[in-house]
Amino acid sequence: MQTAIDIRTVTKTYGTFTALHGVSLSIMDNEFFTLLGPSGCGKTTLLRMIAGFEDVTKGDILLFGQNIAALDPNLRPVNTVFQQYALFPHMSVIDNVAFGLKMKGFDLPTRRKRAGEMLDMVHLSSFADRLPAQLSGGQQQRVALARALAPQPKVLLLDEPLSALDLKLRQAMRMELKQLQQDTGITFIFVTHDQEEALTMSNRIAVMSAGHVQQIGTPRDIYESPVNRFVADFIGETNLLEVEVASITGDLAQVILPGGHSITCSTATHDPGRHHLSIRPERLTLGPVGTGLEATVDQVIYLGTDLQVLVRLDGGTPLQIRIQNAARIEVPEPGTRIGLQLEEGAARLLAD
Amino acid sequence: MALRSVRHYPGFFSIAMLCLIILYAPLIVVMVYSFNDSPSITNWGGLSLRWYFDVFTGPEAPRFRAAAWNSLTIAVLAATIATAIATAAALAMLRAGKFKGRSLTFALINLPLMVPEIVIAVATLIFFTMIGFTTGYLTILIAHITFCIPFAYLPIAARLQGIDGSYEAAARDLYATRAQSFFLVLLPLMAPGVISGYLLAFIISLDDFIITNFVKGAGMETLPTAIFGSVKQGIKPNIMAISTLMLGVSILFVTLSYLINRKGRQSP
Ligand SMILES: Nc1ncnc2c1ncn2[C@@H]1O[C@H](COP(=O)(O)OP(=O)(O)OP(=O)(O)O)[C@@H](O)[C@H]1O
Ligand SMILES: [Mg+2]
Repeated sequence: MQTAIDIRTVTKTYGTFTALHGVSLSIMDNEFFTLLGPSGCGKTTLLRMIAGFEDVTKGDILLFGQNIAALDPNLRPVNTVFQQYALFPHMSVIDNVAFGLKMKGFDLPTRRKRAGEMLDMVHLSSFADRLPAQLSGGQQQRVALARALAPQPKVLLLDEPLSALDLKLRQAMRMELKQLQQDTGITFIFVTHDQEEALTMSNRIAVMSAGHVQQIGTPRDIYESPVNRFVADFIGETNLLEVEVASITGDLAQVILPGGHSITCSTATHDPGRHHLSIRPERLTLGPVGTGLEATVDQVIYLGTDLQVLVRLDGGTPLQIRIQNAARIEVPEPGTRIGLQLEEGAARLLAD
Repeated sequence: MALRSVRHYPGFFSIAMLCLIILYAPLIVVMVYSFNDSPSITNWGGLSLRWYFDVFTGPEAPRFRAAAWNSLTIAVLAATIATAIATAAALAMLRAGKFKGRSLTFALINLPLMVPEIVIAVATLIFFTMIGFTTGYLTILIAHITFCIPFAYLPIAARLQGIDGSYEAAARDLYATRAQSFFLVLLPLMAPGVISGYLLAFIISLDDFIITNFVKGAGMETLPTAIFGSVKQGIKPNIMAISTLMLGVSILFVTLSYLINRKGRQSP
């Protein structure tokens, strides 16, 4: 498979502040790639450098092998869907969609035809002559998408395009976006701070924090084999406990839990000493006393689809457990003594 | 406790009325007496348009016509050039990022608003004399362009400040060159501010007396200096008619400027 975007040790500084520290990423052609991270971690900055709105302080950006780091934005075959859409308020919907084609020098009939097809694709044909201000937020969002796709860019950049929509619409648009990416075959680079969005849509995810890429991998990799404490904590919910490492052999570690129990788990570190252990709440099961770890139920929280059970290990360490709210479930009473079992892959030893 | 509206303060109504009378009574008197059918400026002799005809056909008509032509052409030229410069200045101030001397530039652009007009007038005259420039039409035009710039700048900069940079970024992203992004996207969005600035500059130029009077040179007249010259020989009712006409033009332009600005705000 071809590499669409190759980001090579890209650094960005604003005055004395470093927004990106030597970031390297390879994004494949036809991939739905997501940059995920908390606010201020540099996602937008990286996206703006790929689009050409921001100078690269150090490093290179290659688009299908060509170094584009010094090109003006209008010379890059890359289009952007802006967070606030940035539709031209003085132009009709169809003129907005046709703008890129016009700038590329296509004649009027071609522009009209292609822009019309784009509006069809996002189900907005009947709105062609309206002004952006006469559309709902979701409709504006789709116009922005059609406008960015109309010139058939090699890569589409999307900066939190769903964040301004309400929950229901956001969930519907996730599927629509994913479908659009598969239909057009264009590489999508999607920015979000919503991990659920990232997990459901992406082929691969780069988790970022404070200007560094922490981990790159498939949603499954990122969720099940986080490399460090930040990733484990940021993606999904987890129990983080500080543990003593007894031994590490290959990808398996023997660790000692705060209560004195010893378990075997996968590991992301090879250094001995004290480290953090992540235990996913949905991979813990409740059983009768005497099976697995001994614990006491503190509280049971009803979440609809799930129940969240807060327990305390003998020795005082609190843990949360998720169990599905199935039809014939026995809800444990607070104070009950129980046994806890770790399913396969529940625990993972993390690097710091 | 609810705050009392300022309207309920004691004496509010009478003070407001006093201010309104002081501001507008003279204007109303001039407007009413411009329709007076009597050569006296104090006695009412019935309603007529005779002084308006006098402005266009009477003994002073050629003088007024020449002055009006000068005023109008200077106002159009000065407003056009000042608006272009003010637009460029606003772009540099608000879109070029931080540059050395940015605050100084801002102060320089707006300085003419703070300096007393008479000081500018004297300084400009001295300047033209020192560089050996003959005073006349051109010196008036140059002076007008200079003091019109800050008036044009204010509405343009205010408008530009409210336009998010993402529109230009979107245009550039969609293959527009710098020039295309300016003319096809930014300028149309700025238009209400630009038009408003133009109208303001136009009216400021049309109205100016002090600076013009200093730099106009002998034999050159604009409408305000011509009116002043005529008044020096005694106030005749035709002055009231011509003043009323100028007031009408001013009100028209200021209203237009306001309406355009307001319309622009509704649809960014
Ligand atoms: N023009 C600038 N000048 C100085 N610092 C900047 C500038 N633009 C961004 N930064 C800083 O760079 C860091 C990264 O910003 P960026 O906008 O890329 O964050 P982000 O990951 O997109 O966050 P969010 O999720 O809030 O959009 C932030 O700390 C921000 O304050
Ligand atoms: Mg951002």
